[in-house]
Amino acid sequence: MPIEIPTLNFIALAPPLIVIGTALLVLLFDLAVTDKRVLGYLGLVGVVIAAGVSIAMGPRPATTFQAMAISDGYALFFNLVFLATAGLSILIAIDYLERHDLQRGEYYALLLFSASGMMLMAAATDLIVVFLGLEIMSVALYILAGFNWRQLASAEAAMKYFILGAFASAFFLYGAALTYGATGTTNLNQIGLWLSGGNSDPMALVGLGLLLAGFAFKVAAVPFQWWTPDVYQGAPTSVTAFMSVGAKGAGFAALIRVLRSGFGDSAYSADWALAAAVLAVLTMTFGNLAALPQKDVKRMLGYSSIAHAGYILVGVAAASESGVRGVLFYLLAYAFMNVGAFAVASALERRGEFSTTQRDYAGLSQREPLLAVAMTVFMLSLTGMPPLVGFWGKLFVFRAAVEAGMSWLAIVGVINSAVSAFYYLGVVVQMYMRAPAEYSPRLVGEESDAKKPAAVNLEVAIGTAVLLAMLLTVVLGLWPGPVASLVTMMPLG
Amino acid sequence: MIPLHWWLIVAAALFCIGLYGVLSRKNAIGVLMGIELMLNAVNVNLVAFWRYITPQVLTGQIFAIFVITVAAAEAAVGLAIIIAAYRRRDTVIVDELDIMRW
Amino acid sequence: MIIQSIWLAIAFPLAGLLFNGLLGRRLGRGVVGIVGPGTVALAFVVGLFAGLDLLALPAQDRAIVVTLWNWISVGSFRAGMSLLADPLSVLMVLVVTGVGFLIHVYSIGYMEHEEDRLYARFFTFLNLFIVSMLILVLADNYLLMYVGWELVGVCSYLLIGFWFRRGDDPQDPVRLKDGELVPVPANLNPADSGKKAFIVNRVGDFGFALGVFLIWTTFGTLNFADVFGAAPEIASGTVTVITLLLFVGAVGKSAQLPLYVWLPDAMAGPTPVSALIHAATMVTAGVYMVARSHALYALAPTTSLVVALVGVITALYAATIALVQTDLKRVLAYSTISQLGYMFLAVGVGAYASGMFHLTTHAFFKALLFLAAGSVMHALGDVIDIRRMGGLRQKMPRTYWTFVIGALALAGFPLTSGFFSKDEILAKAFEFSPILWALGLLTALLTGFYTFRALFVAFWGSARDQELFDHAHESPGVMTWPLILLAGLALFGGILGLPQILGVDHALAGWLHPAFADLEGEGAEAIHHGLSAGLEWGLLGLSSVIALLGIGLAYWFYVANPGWPADLAVRFKSVFKLLVNKYYVDDLYDLLFVDPGKALARFCAQGIDNAAIDGIIDGGARLIVQGGAWLGRLQTGFIRHYALAMFLGVIVVVAYFFLR
Repeated sequence: MPIEIPTLNFIALAPPLIVIGTALLVLLFDLAVTDKRVLGYLGLVGVVIAAGVSIAMGPRPATTFQAMAISDGYALFFNLVFLATAGLSILIAIDYLERHDLQRGEYYALLLFSASGMMLMAAATDLIVVFLGLEIMSVALYILAGFNWRQLASAEAAMKYFILGAFASAFFLYGAALTYGATGTTNLNQIGLWLSGGNSDPMALVGLGLLLAGFAFKVAAVPFQWWTPDVYQGAPTSVTAFMSVGAKGAGFAALIRVLRSGFGDSAYSADWALAAAVLAVLTMTFGNLAALPQKDVKRMLGYSSIAHAGYILVGVAAASESGVRGVLFYLLAYAFMNVGAFAVASALERRGEFSTTQRDYAGLSQREPLLAVAMTVFMLSLTGMPPLVGFWGKLFVFRAAVEAGMSWLAIVGVINSAVSAFYYLGVVVQMYMRAPAEYSPRLVGEESDAKKPAAVNLEVAIGTAVLLAMLLTVVLGLWPGPVASLVTMMPLG
Repeated sequence: MIPLHWWLIVAAALFCIGLYGVLSRKNAIGVLMGIELMLNAVNVNLVAFWRYITPQVLTGQIFAIFVITVAAAEAAVGLAIIIAAYRRRDTVIVDELDIMRW
Repeated sequence: MIIQSIWLAIAFPLAGLLFNGLLGRRLGRGVVGIVGPGTVALAFVVGLFAGLDLLALPAQDRAIVVTLWNWISVGSFRAGMSLLADPLSVLMVLVVTGVGFLIHVYSIGYMEHEEDRLYARFFTFLNLFIVSMLILVLADNYLLMYVGWELVGVCSYLLIGFWFRRGDDPQDPVRLKDGELVPVPANLNPADSGKKAFIVNRVGDFGFALGVFLIWTTFGTLNFADVFGAAPEIASGTVTVITLLLFVGAVGKSAQLPLYVWLPDAMAGPTPVSALIHAATMVTAGVYMVARSHALYALAPTTSLVVALVGVITALYAATIALVQTDLKRVLAYSTISQLGYMFLAVGVGAYASGMFHLTTHAFFKALLFLAAGSVMHALGDVIDIRRMGGLRQKMPRTYWTFVIGALALAGFPLTSGFFSKDEILAKAFEFSPILWALGLLTALLTGFYTFRALFVAFWGSARDQELFDHAHESPGVMTWPLILLAGLALFGGILGLPQILGVDHALAGWLHPAFADLEGEGAEAIHHGLSAGLEWGLLGLSSVIALLGIGLAYWFYVANPGWPADLAVRFKSVFKLLVNKYYVDDLYDLLFVDPGKALARFCAQGIDNAAIDGIIDGGARLIVQGGAWLGRLQTGFIRHYALAMFLGVIVVVAYFFLR
């Protein structure tokens, strides 16, 4: 059997490679540097360089590794989403870890590895690479979720995330194997060719169902969402910020490419579109309803992230170019508003404490007006209030659904948005209309003399993250034009 | 030669055994082993498909090797997480990890 | 060219707004007092350079559209975030930022006794107003204009109610010579006044919004240039309806009959607010809007006649009420309504440039008068009843002399700015119809009388309240310098528009000519040369005589024979009571609208809303929240439950694909 030496176009995968290289550098410097915050900034530099390279590469498609991966506009746009998320999360982590005595170098390395996995998922055109990217991302996230394992909640979060994630991976792999068995290839484009050739095989259908289930786990769609609230609540907040957007975005990046490149041009496309629509309805309804009675802000945001997965699935269900564009815009918007919300949440966590109940937000407008304004902006944007960026994201995905003849789906989405206002605005009400709660020590050995609300630690890096996210949420809301037209120039290659 | 669907039935059975293990075992190690069984069922599938459907291309074999490698990495991380939880809580029973719910 | 960056004029005050709003409280009043006026001054400079840029362009090209971004684009509906810089809008920018800057500076002194928190809030609101007003005047489409239109309404509401904790302000009754006490209606408290202003304005805004909708359905665009370009092809009936609806908005915003009632009560706000918003700028938005839409109004002679009639009747009506007011700011408020009536008279008879000219000079002298009145209030500890003043001219010479200049300009004393602009309007009105002219002239007589009545009572004679008098002091320089600068403008502002018979060019008409060039022939030029020189001289002389007569009458009544007004009040007791009670219009509105409205609202709130709708909604909401809690219970926290649920999910998904 002759072995062909493949031509490797490393340039096409430059952004994830730069991120991996930075992660290795971080590990190396970890041996020498005593102030670990330096490593965070080093990671930030790598992220910025990778983003710059992504932009410089432009949307011209270039395949590599024998068509197992591609660098097209779609992948590059997702690179920007992941890198923005990673950059903001690193900024949050630099101060957050310091405050909770968790400052260790491998945190940044793991975060960067995870980001590179996400970028691989967006670039993958082969189920093997999708799987690899998925696992690179997930394994790093399992560890990150348990990074604060001395807290039981964090250990529990890691355990739940790991077991359920590996469980979902097994289904995903089984689906990939069946698809491979049916079509004789793992390459998405060739799967697409095989299907559009009029071939059909029930095994491929079962494979599609299992793949869908695997991705549904990663994006936290009902009924695979169970891990989300528990893990979001238990993981360190800086990790939650990163994975809420990153893992969801990567899941959608690969899901859409698999569905459209692999199963798009086939008799199955109407089937998976309907399945996605049903999942969308279940997901947003469950997420929004379950978020209503929540008292813990992180857990509430966990349920809300399920709801947002539902909104994004609306764009997937549209099964059209404009649906994909809507998803791209939505995810960029989501990156800023959701990471921003978690940034505020992590800024509010006091040293050694991991409580994020709504009570901690009471009267925030008097204590920290800037944080209160920022949180209000994020909450309104998550609700979908114009003229913030979240509004345009929703508008674009819902419009795609209407254009695809699924007006009912858009209507369900709008009703759900209205329901979501209840719990998002609940936070705003706490911040602006409730008196600050009296401070009661919740840690053993803490002095109890402090009856006034404790001071908030707004350090430079977290503050920068909050400000950047708020600025982008507002500016892209007032001025969505450039991104909206950028998205149209970023088709699947 | 043994027909392909025999292999597939073995793999499916293995997958279901693993699945049963995940759902029924309370011990985290047992759950982990169940997951490993499920992954190995996939490997059986992959190798069988390679042999019967695309013997001239190595895709199935390579995929299986990747799965084995990743499974090893997952097992390492998983065991570490189980140990961390054990040190904090003195238990490896997954049902006792339920401080976060509702 | 800086005109391409005309958005800077909005951006600077906006930056000041954000800065003062977010950080003002922490940085202290020194910084706030620099940032607030400073950013407005920068906006003024931008406007100035934009004006110079316009002059450098050939006359027919003096309309620059700066598109910032495409704001809304849904279906065929498009509204750009785009600004229009032409002579008309740049003139408004200069008036708003110029007068606004002086009033900002004045406020540093006027608000010095406020807490830091309120001080920062005040300057934040003032900047918000400047931003909103600039959006209104710089908009290049009706939608953006509507945004500004509503925003200035919000600012007006916020600033009228600035002292929202204060209560009603009861007024001393008037004791007539025959011993009868005539009660004077109390001034509303600031919170209620703010609400009144907002709600009355909503009535007008409703008309304005309907007009904008009708423009959209008729023209398919809201862009000024496109609408005006297509206007001649539209049926004149439709244009008449559109312009009438827009005018309803102007009537609300610019306090004309019958929606003027909010403006006198708006005096509950801080005096710089009265000067800036309720005299110099915001209330003139209606005049600006009509002038901006002149292409439509020129096509609707019926509407123009309505505009002119409403204007002149309002002018006369408000002037009569001003005759007997005892509250200095209310005298000025009614005079503002009256002067706005003149402006509408001007734009109604097609003399758009004359209307804008009077708008400009009025901004100077009315701001001056309000600020001077504010200076008096500042000195007397917020006393505003002129019956408790007297003799203040010795105590506060600068305030007195600047007030005199403002009063002369308002009364139309020859060669002051108000004289030229008012005379121009009267000349144009005469040409249109001598009846309108006669009514305007009568108003001018009353104007001279009531202005100097207030002046003589407040500043001349001897002290009526010795304690107050002893307390009085001249205001600090930061307040008097703006007064002096405005006095200069009020005195010499007339050179912007000297009449043609003096053989010089009408500078302002020349400046505005490109904006109104489409009226060529039937419009501006024709009016300029419509009257013979002799007639024009005659009108000019008559105006001077009338102004002097009004001032003289006031002197005769209040200085030479101080007993006469009281005698007159007794003799014409019913007229007097009618005027003191402002023709009972407020009471009539209370009876017709407010009380039934409140009753209806109470019924809706308690009967329908609380009982029926809230029952349904609350029940529904409870049900949903309960459903959420129930759904949340599914999250048992047990990994194996989750795994089982996921497995069942996989089964369902696979079964769906298998069985489809």
